Amino acid sequence: MMEMAWIVPLFPLFSFFLLLLAGKKMKEASAYVGMLATFVSFLVASAVLADRVGGSTYKAEQVWLAIGSAKLTVGFEVTALNAWMLVIVSLVSFLVHMYAKGYMQGDERFSVFYAYLGLFTFAMLGLVISPNLLQTYMFWELVGLGSFLLIGFYFYKEEAKAAAKKAFIMTRVGDVGFFIGMILLFLQVGSFEYSDIFKAVQDGTLSQPMVTLTAILIFVGAVGKSGQFPLHTWLPDAMEGPTPVSALIHAATMVAAGVYLVAALFPLYEASETALLTVAVVGGFTAIFAASIALVQTDIKRVLAYSTVSQLGYMMLALGSGSDVAAIFHLTTHAFFKALLFLAAGSVIHAVGTQDIEKMGGLWRKMPLTAALFLVGALAISGVPLLSGFFSKDEIFAAAWMHGHGVLFWIAVVASFFTAFYMFRLFFLVFGGEERHGAKDVHESPAVMTLPMLVLAVLSVAAGYIHTPWFGTFLGDWLTDGGYAHEKTPSWMMIVAAIVSLLGIFLAWLMYGKRSLARDWLSSRAPLTYNVLLNKYYIDEFYAWTVGYVANAISRLFYYVDRFVIEGIASLITATVNAAASLGSRMQNGQVQTYGAVTFIGLALLVAILAFTGGYL
Amino acid sequence: MSSVPLSAYLVLALILFCIGLYGALTKRNIVVVLICIELMLNAVNINLVAFAKYGAHPGVAGQIFALFTIAVAAAEAAVGLAVLMALYRNRKTVHIDEIDSMKH
Repeated sequence: MMEMAWIVPLFPLFSFFLLLLAGKKMKEASAYVGMLATFVSFLVASAVLADRVGGSTYKAEQVWLAIGSAKLTVGFEVTALNAWMLVIVSLVSFLVHMYAKGYMQGDERFSVFYAYLGLFTFAMLGLVISPNLLQTYMFWELVGLGSFLLIGFYFYKEEAKAAAKKAFIMTRVGDVGFFIGMILLFLQVGSFEYSDIFKAVQDGTLSQPMVTLTAILIFVGAVGKSGQFPLHTWLPDAMEGPTPVSALIHAATMVAAGVYLVAALFPLYEASETALLTVAVVGGFTAIFAASIALVQTDIKRVLAYSTVSQLGYMMLALGSGSDVAAIFHLTTHAFFKALLFLAAGSVIHAVGTQDIEKMGGLWRKMPLTAALFLVGALAISGVPLLSGFFSKDEIFAAAWMHGHGVLFWIAVVASFFTAFYMFRLFFLVFGGEERHGAKDVHESPAVMTLPMLVLAVLSVAAGYIHTPWFGTFLGDWLTDGGYAHEKTPSWMMIVAAIVSLLGIFLAWLMYGKRSLARDWLSSRAPLTYNVLLNKYYIDEFYAWTVGYVANAISRLFYYVDRFVIEGIASLITATVNAAASLGSRMQNGQVQTYGAVTFIGLALLVAILAFTGGYL
Repeated sequence: MSSVPLSAYLVLALILFCIGLYGALTKRNIVVVLICIELMLNAVNINLVAFAKYGAHPGVAGQIFALFTIAVAAAEAAVGLAVLMALYRNRKTVHIDEIDSMKH
């Protein structure tokens, strides 16, 4: 089945084209087209995965361009990581397709939405089976395009338009780094192939500084895509898109592309201690930085968005600590529980009609199923023992500790406390307490929306058991071809992790559930900190005043150059032509003598030219 | 034998041609314009005959050409005057600047 892996991305692509051409006529039926396409993709991907579990890596490619001695190839590769990603992406995509049928019901551009989802899914699936950097880069950009289209889906809203542009431009900044790194690697190695690059790293063909430089440059691309500090600001704004999109793209799949890229190029990073340290520090910092912002946000989707940024920071921290297995493991579990949380949040937004958590509350009774499912997701992400997030986070803590990142380890633990706190702050404010919303008939979402959430909830609980220190590290063994050795971690670590997350939940319960602690006992004591957090550390303002200001000044300069210099030249040319034309038309006045005079002058000119040049022009 | 050089003929022809051209381009009366065209034709005739006699390859061809030109000019004058008569009957004018119906 592995030789058929290339067909997996084609189903969503087909759905994209079909819906683009005939979507207007199909209306609601477009949902079934999209669902069918992604479901078939999922089935084939599962078959590929089943094949890969027992087999070895399959790779097929052919020459696309030959430039001198360098050959550019296209093809696909089924490594353990790729097969794994194929299944996750197609599964989450299928569930989101299904969910969106209920969520987007009655939208005028229903079929367009499904077309875009198809395009995005195609790009993401194509990305994860690319065997070389160039192909990865192309799909990387296509994924960015899909994200842009979907964030700006409600393009008549100013915020959505601005958010789409912001997402595109911010990730482009990172992509420039990726591009430079890729070209540098090509110049040094003479090939875009992953395998060739790894060979060059092993042989020492690539000098140590060059390895570090290219690894960090490519990491810049990952920073942009995965919303790491300092390029994270687009991700919370991207919540302007429809909620299923947030779940699919900005939580489960696309933002994980950066983590995937670093994991796919992991041998390159392993060769440079500096690059690993950079990845770890950026990841660790982002984890706590975003988690602290999430503590005070009041928009349900924004809290989840900052939580995503923070969790992606965890994955980067794992990568930087030399454990790609922990990163992929957390990517997997995070894909499930974060998609679940977003879909549950979407279900709430769908019912209440607002995203402000201050205007929700008491939904536990009105939407019991959604509330229960949200609770499962919140428990999983908080790292409560026995759920998936507990195991994957534990793996990351272990990696950070064992790699000697003592400070980063404690930062991650504190971030984990924050995570538990803000998730349950969200939970108690939205589902607990009395009702604060004005909406009349709040009711449970239809089955088409709750069913995908149920599946994700089951996975959020169960996905942890594919890789635990208790029952066996199946995922790690398989990803590393049996070479995975689970490091013996101090036994207190797991206990600390559990206690920290339970403490966070307990504090949130005290403040928002039981209310024995006033909600503002902290914010009133440290109003400055509170304001800084509420304004997201003023990063957006900082960008507006520095980068934005400079960029504006430069574009203003170019605007005037364009307006007065370029347009001046252009209008000079048109004015000349116009003058010549009006003179010519005045000549054509029907007076035979004028014609005669013109003819004679023309003849005289020709003769003069002939006389001066001797007949040779 | 002759003391009149070739250039003198050419200058005479040039002057004649220029007078004719000037008249053809500036006079309002069509009759005068036609006469001026005759002047230009005759300037050409002088050139033809002068070259036939004093040119690089003297011969009879130039003179025959001149005869042809005279014949053609006579025909042209006849046709031209006929057209002019018809025009005058229709438009009651012989002024060339009033005849611009071929403008577009």
